[in-house]
Amino acid sequence: MAELIKVGMADYKVGRNPASLISYGLGSCVGIALFDLVAKVGGLAHIMLPDSTQARSAENIAKFADTALPAMLNDIIKLGANKSRITAKIAGGAQMFTFTNATDIMRVGERNAEAVRLVLKKLEIRLLAEDTGGNYGRTVELKLDTGIFRVKTIDKGEKEL
Amino acid sequence: MSEDILKLSSLQLDALREIGNVGAGNAATALSQIINNKIDMTVPEVAILPLGEVPEVVGGPDAMVAGVYLRVFGLAPGSILFLLPRDSAFYLVDMLMGRSQGETQRLNSMDESALMEIGNILAGAYLNALSHFTKLTLLPSIPALAVDMAGAILSVILSQLGQMGDHALVIETEFTTDNDGVKGHFFLIPDPGSLSTILAAIGVTE
Repeated sequence: MAELIKVGMADYKVGRNPASLISYGLGSCVGIALFDLVAKVGGLAHIMLPDSTQARSAENIAKFADTALPAMLNDIIKLGANKSRITAKIAGGAQMFTFTNATDIMRVGERNAEAVRLVLKKLEIRLLAEDTGGNYGRTVELKLDTGIFRVKTIDKGEKEL
Repeated sequence: MSEDILKLSSLQLDALREIGNVGAGNAATALSQIINNKIDMTVPEVAILPLGEVPEVVGGPDAMVAGVYLRVFGLAPGSILFLLPRDSAFYLVDMLMGRSQGETQRLNSMDESALMEIGNILAGAYLNALSHFTKLTLLPSIPALAVDMAGAILSVILSQLGQMGDHALVIETEFTTDNDGVKGHFFLIPDPGSLSTILAAIGVTE
């Protein structure tokens, strides 16, 4: 049985084949999988907020899109990945509750997904697939043997990216 | 030090627990009258938790729950969340809609309105007691409902707190009906800036 590494909210973990990385119950948060298919190493981040420079407290770098991704990328390269081969898949960024007057706070899911795309672009990492938005939660799993990114929901089915 | 909640004295934590007690007592009475069933209530817990651990209170981030969410407006803004395991929510709907136990397997829009109305009444009762106690005007927003994974539902509140720090101050009470059919958790999560307002209003500033 391959090891299953859990990634909590505002955290990231890296690993190598044959392990899997899993994060449960993403709502407005975004799960970002980075993977090198040749070295079969990768990482999964579970970010809560788009931008560390907008926050009062930025001590936990894994909490923000702009700080979590560069740090995780570094750790994956240390595990033997080649930067030019690393690709990304993302899921999450939902708006769980709908109010008629949706404020910026309620749109945090959308802003998280936008920030992640922007940071990936800056880091020159190709975004292969994404499953973002909607109003439902997701559990995501990155399989480090194949790079398959599995997205599970309660009643919107399951898909593989 | 960016996180004031880590510096609260035991007297302040006791005062917050008492606030939870008064509010939840009022809310439990309201719920008990609506469903005509005795409600047991735990002594409120005031917990200061790392953000990622908050979902553990209700069974972990992938636990299936129904959540009614309301914002609190007024002098001490915050969030209120009434969370029930999904089966408990279905059973509560059975009671509200006069169905036999186990009949509800999916929520129709009428069921959703009924649950939101329950959240509304509970939050109103809770905030009323809290307003009396603190002399602060506190008003609930309209309710919103989601039936999903606990982590996903809580992320809405936790990401707001994440702007300010890495911990959440949670005032939590567990409700149980007499026959154990319905269990629910009632959370009051003050916005970071509201804590000092509440504590000052009840005269417990250190």
